[in-house]
Amino acid sequence: MVLQILIVAVTLVCAFQALRARRLLISALWLAGTSALVALMIYLLGAPEVAVVELSVGAGLVTILFVFAINIAGEETLPAHSLIPRPLSWGLVIVSVLLLGWFTLPRLLPVFPAPDSTPFSQVVWEQRGLDMLLQVALIFTGVLGVVGLLVDHRKPSHAPEGHPDGNGLAQTWEEK
Amino acid sequence: MSLSILRILVIAVLGLVGVGFYGLLISRNLIKVVVALQILVKGVLLALVAAGSMQGQVNLGQSMALTVIVADTVVAVVGLALAVQMRRHCGTLDIQALTSLRR
Repeated sequence: MVLQILIVAVTLVCAFQALRARRLLISALWLAGTSALVALMIYLLGAPEVAVVELSVGAGLVTILFVFAINIAGEETLPAHSLIPRPLSWGLVIVSVLLLGWFTLPRLLPVFPAPDSTPFSQVVWEQRGLDMLLQVALIFTGVLGVVGLLVDHRKPSHAPEGHPDGNGLAQTWEEK
Repeated sequence: MSLSILRILVIAVLGLVGVGFYGLLISRNLIKVVVALQILVKGVLLALVAAGSMQGQVNLGQSMALTVIVADTVVAVVGLALAVQMRRHCGTLDIQALTSLRR
């Protein structure tokens, strides 16, 4: 019980620090800590398979991607004021969290039935087979999207100086 | 799972979703927006596994959480690639630079 309270408190602190940190790299590291603690909570809930995936993908792969992107894009300090006034955003957050709690809490207080003994692999591959197809499609979409986005559309600068359209040699020949 | 642990989990889920939503509202940096989205999805992930665990169908919850992890990773990758391209073309990561209609 005390362990769970401690994990939840540290998770929320990590999540808040990830947003408060001025440097993007520090923010990515706080996010990795949040992911690792969420994975620990999931493991304590009795779901070790997803905990391992969350730890390796959420805390590992995504953090590496963040560091890679920050290295390419560079650090940038933006003005502290946000587009939406802070009191308004706090109000919106409190209202949305209260609404979420209001709608979910009655459904979260049930029953505790006997645990289902269906194995994880059977659930994933037989009952939720469509989800697996969707995941494969999502991964391909993501790869194609990233390849399309990261390609540099600027023309290569092989043309001689003063003739950026690449006809430098032909024009020089005509001038002669 | 006892009722007190359930309360702690609900606090964790609501806290993570609230922090993520707050970050989405106040962040101007596009990479920070992706970070906020990740935090929000962590809350949803925890809610899915907790709901499955409470209903005695933890493997169903795990299966759905797996789909959410994959979708979340793809969203993060595409968001970061967008941030890199925005930095190349606009020279900044400020999302206000994208609103060309206000100029």
